[in-house]
Amino acid sequence: MALTGHILTFLIFFPALGALALLVLRKEDERGIRLGAFAISVVEFLASLLLVGKVAIGTPGYSSEEFSRWIASPAINYHLGVDGISLFLVILTTFLTPICVLASWHGVHHRIKEFHVALLLLEVGIVGVFLSLDLFLFFLFWEVMLIPMAFLIGIWGHDRRIYAAVKFVLYTMAGSILMLVGIVWLYNATGTFDLPTIQKMVQTGALLLPARTEMILFLAFFFAFAIKVPLFPLHTWLPDAHVEAPTAGSIILAGVLLKMGTYGMIRFCLPLFPDASHRAAPWVAVLAIIGIIYGALVALVQPNLKKLVAYSSVSHLGFVVLGIFAFTNISLQGAVYQMLAHGISTGALFLLVGMLYDRRHTFEISEYGGLSTPMPQYAAFFLFVALSSMGLPMLNGFVGEYLILLGTYQVHWKWAAWAALGVILSACYLLWAYQRVFYGEVTHEKNRELQDVSPREKWMLIVLAFVTLWMGIGSTDFTRRFAAPCEAVLQQMNRNVMREVAVPTLPEQKAGRAAENSTERVASR
Amino acid sequence: MSPVSLVDIHRVLPELSWCVFGVVLMLLQPFLKNRQGLTFVALIGAALGTLTTSVAAYGSGFGGLVQFDTFSLFFHWLLGLIAFLVILASDSYLEREGLDPAEFYALVLFATAGMGVLASAQELLTAFIGLEMSSISSYVLAGYRRDSIKSSESAMKYFLLGSFATAFFLYGIAIVYGATGSTYLNKIADAEPSGNLLRLGLTLILIGLGFKVAAAPFQIWTPDVYEGAPTPVTALFSAGPKAATFALLLRIFGTSQAATDYWFWAFWILAVLTMFAGNLGALVQGNVKRMLAYSSIAHAGYTLVAFAAVTTLKRNSDGPVPAYGAALFYLASYALVSVGAFTIVSELGGKGERHLTQEDFAGLGTRQPFAAAALSLFLFSMLGLPITAGFFGKLYIFNAAIKSNLLWLAVLMAINSVIGAYYYLRLVVVMYMYDYKGPAPAEGTEGLSPTAAMVVTVAALITVYLGLLPNHVLGLLISQNPMVTSR
Repeated sequence: MALTGHILTFLIFFPALGALALLVLRKEDERGIRLGAFAISVVEFLASLLLVGKVAIGTPGYSSEEFSRWIASPAINYHLGVDGISLFLVILTTFLTPICVLASWHGVHHRIKEFHVALLLLEVGIVGVFLSLDLFLFFLFWEVMLIPMAFLIGIWGHDRRIYAAVKFVLYTMAGSILMLVGIVWLYNATGTFDLPTIQKMVQTGALLLPARTEMILFLAFFFAFAIKVPLFPLHTWLPDAHVEAPTAGSIILAGVLLKMGTYGMIRFCLPLFPDASHRAAPWVAVLAIIGIIYGALVALVQPNLKKLVAYSSVSHLGFVVLGIFAFTNISLQGAVYQMLAHGISTGALFLLVGMLYDRRHTFEISEYGGLSTPMPQYAAFFLFVALSSMGLPMLNGFVGEYLILLGTYQVHWKWAAWAALGVILSACYLLWAYQRVFYGEVTHEKNRELQDVSPREKWMLIVLAFVTLWMGIGSTDFTRRFAAPCEAVLQQMNRNVMREVAVPTLPEQKAGRAAENSTERVASR
Repeated sequence: MSPVSLVDIHRVLPELSWCVFGVVLMLLQPFLKNRQGLTFVALIGAALGTLTTSVAAYGSGFGGLVQFDTFSLFFHWLLGLIAFLVILASDSYLEREGLDPAEFYALVLFATAGMGVLASAQELLTAFIGLEMSSISSYVLAGYRRDSIKSSESAMKYFLLGSFATAFFLYGIAIVYGATGSTYLNKIADAEPSGNLLRLGLTLILIGLGFKVAAAPFQIWTPDVYEGAPTPVTALFSAGPKAATFALLLRIFGTSQAATDYWFWAFWILAVLTMFAGNLGALVQGNVKRMLAYSSIAHAGYTLVAFAAVTTLKRNSDGPVPAYGAALFYLASYALVSVGAFTIVSELGGKGERHLTQEDFAGLGTRQPFAAAALSLFLFSMLGLPITAGFFGKLYIFNAAIKSNLLWLAVLMAINSVIGAYYYLRLVVVMYMYDYKGPAPAEGTEGLSPTAAMVVTVAALITVYLGLLPNHVLGLLISQNPMVTSR
């Protein structure tokens, strides 16, 4: 099949084609549009599963690579590839998109066609970000993704949607434009946008930046990613965006979009700027720990259920950042795992909260109480997901947090000790919220008549619960695929540090070698 | 000076045909009562002027007064395209406002001819003639809506400040002549660049041209003039004269003259001031036309960043000169986007241009999906989002700036892009996320007229094309050295 050679291109552009196809449908044909979007996203999901077989287990490096020239000057190439780290993030994206379509079945009433087109275009951008191996291409998808997300929040969101949408875009753009400057600078230093080439140049010492330059470049990239994650104190856009976004928007935002930031740190910050990463690590770790505790504390006092889940994301993503900047293989694996686990369980939490909103049109915890009486099945699902989110053993959240804490403890036991507070606090805010919403007497008459989960909702939750459980007990199915790439990331960092101490290189030689290296590579193509 | 030969005529064929068609239009006016007929003739004139470049050979004419090279070829194509699109967009506008088409088109063509002269001039007095041709036509065009106070105010302001600027320019020429004994650019380029008199002359020239491109602190006239002028004319102003004047600036300062700290800092400061003046001004505008006017200032600032890069690159004598390509690409991408955006604004304004506030654009996404989508595309391009021409324009300027170690300038430009993002996105947000609250839309706001739709479609297609495959155009720009060619 001709397709097999271009599976990544297919994955990126199939949703775009699907979006075009949806545009052809009549506006009134709501059911057709929803079914069409669902079918497209399911096909996309199944296609993404093919990647699992393509990624070799135990060896780092990219598979299914695609390379073609796009723009000659500056040399921008269409270079795609997938490895163990990006593999699951892509699958997470394609897995959550059909769930988003289903979650909006009754929640989205107007401009239905545009909604699904925006959702599919968003998927294009996100999958593109995870699969790009060209810095420029990466940036392009990174920016392309902004607009559909802003529209999702701004058109189909809640009361303060426009404020939230604009805030989201401006925050992200402030970071990304500096990243663009950094990318262009890197291009001028290396003569290429190609990520593997630059990685190799860093690794072999062909590219040795002065410490100050490296730090500035590191910050240019890190800033963009930290806003996306979001790392304390850059997180203020997130509660607004989450609370105002429609359910589908929140699921994608928490499930995948935030991971673009942490993915960027693993893929770009660490291998490209190893020394700067090492030097910045203590600061980043402190911010991450503040984020963990601060997010949890704010979540604890939230009267708004959706905001509570949003702040829990700040806390959980703090763990991920901590795991990345502890620079041990275990903590890095834990970080990747936590990205996936958080995507599933927080996605599920937003889904559940959205279901409540569909019924009562409020997120206020005080409006609820005793819900387990009218909605026993819903309460059971909620408990299951909440437990996974707080890191109960046997469920997905546990594996990630445990690995992160274990790996961090090996090198910085103090960091781990502080971060462990977050685990305790997450149990506090989730269980307390659960108690207030579900236990006790039914406090509002309206709540007595609430419908329990419909078959459509039940199936979504069953699938999510199944994945949660699978990730909890079968974690090696996942970790063995990204263990080697994680190790490779660390290797690239450490080898460079050692080599730099051993052989200092003169600036002229560096420049010459950099040029040689790039021409060699071009010639070898 | 040798008598005018056929070769000389060859070098100015575009300008000649634009002028001829302008005269023909004025002569036709008493006989041809049909507006569409006149539009058609004007369109042919604009297109023919551009097409004549394909038969012209490279070289200099009139004893070195003008030079026809890739550089001028590029600008003639750009100017011809702008004139074509503006004329096409004016058709329905003139009908709606009940304005006389023949003189209007003639003036557009004369202005274009003047800009063409600017782009190919190799001698300062020739450039001055081109500048005057385009300016005087522009003054009249700005005041073309005679019954509107704003339009008259616009013309008056433009005329007064424009004459002032021209005087600076002329005085500068005089001093440069005094310093070097020549008004030929290649002679000036060879002169000792640190002479104080020469420096003074060139500074005056820079001030004069700075007025024309609306560089801060010489930008004060821009918002009022752009707002008051008939919108298709505003489209022309923001695209044509700006591009042509930048062409002349590149010719003058792309030489050894620029290779000093003095000029580097002059352009550096101009660029920073212009970017901030434009963007901060645009932030607080409720009127869309005025906002686009301020944004036009900001874009001049971005182009000036490339100029600062040009001056450093010359100083470092560092291989190829991507900064020229960056400036030219940016001018082209902005010109198209600007014409497209102003055309939409012109159509939506309604009779008398009364519906230009942000509120009037509310809910446009559902009322007029095509216009809203196209305007969003243009705004995204101005903002510099991918798959639009503006994105590569910005990228190339960033690249040029960083290549010449102008990191601070690049960062300031990045900050300005974010400020710009706010007001561009606000308009998109208004179009798609707010509901229209005003009275029932007035007549003339029902939809784009077919001609305007054509303009918008062409501009949108080129914007996306340059956003996907910028190489075809950029390759042309980078491979050539659009400098003063010594002969």
